[in-house]
Amino acid sequence: MANTQAMCTSFKGELLSGGHQFGAITLVSRTSLTAPTKDSFKAALYLVSATYNAATTAYNATGEVSGSGYSAGGVAVTNATDPSTSGTTAIWTPSASIVYTTVTLATAFDAVLIYNSTQSNKAVSVHTFGSQTVTAGTFTLTMPANDATNALIRLA
Amino acid sequence: MALINTTHGQVEESTLARTTGFEDRPNEFVVWVEWKLGDELVRRDAHVILKQGSVVADALVGGF
Repeated sequence: MANTQAMCTSFKGELLSGGHQFGAITLVSRTSLTAPTKDSFKAALYLVSATYNAATTAYNATGEVSGSGYSAGGVAVTNATDPSTSGTTAIWTPSASIVYTTVTLATAFDAVLIYNSTQSNKAVSVHTFGSQTVTAGTFTLTMPANDATNALIRLA
Repeated sequence: MALINTTHGQVEESTLARTTGFEDRPNEFVVWVEWKLGDELVRRDAHVILKQGSVVADALVGGF
């Protein structure tokens, strides 16, 4: 037998579900301490000219796309599948595609910010893709497989 | 007979020229569809199919 230095896989998964609190962060109430409700998440699109990255701390309208049919702040993210673990990786992926319907986004955009709209719009992650425009149509972001290799959020 | 939304409102799709393209990128596969009325672009859809999340956080622990 030998001990092995590691971060416990269960802990990684529990982090994604808010199961540990090392700091005294201010939170919006999740209704119950013992059976808290899930937070809500949204997805906002950003122009190629914007600068959103690992240093982003919260949703901001600066550099966000604008146009017919698009509401500032973006759209709700469907979260029907709780975080889980696969191997030694904690994973989470939205349970449905993120869809912007009947929009005109004439200026090229190439990033989506996932953020927590329940907790003061705190940032979760920025995902980039090849620049796009949409004219009187639909923009769809189809999610990757929710596994240790491909999930949208992975704590490896 | 199928009506689709365009910059001119609902238009019979068969009266438009439809073009489809795709791009295979390292992190995503993109499919776009454009509809034109003559030379005028009246609708463009884009579908980005993410192959994998572009963000991976490595959880590390320190030693003594």
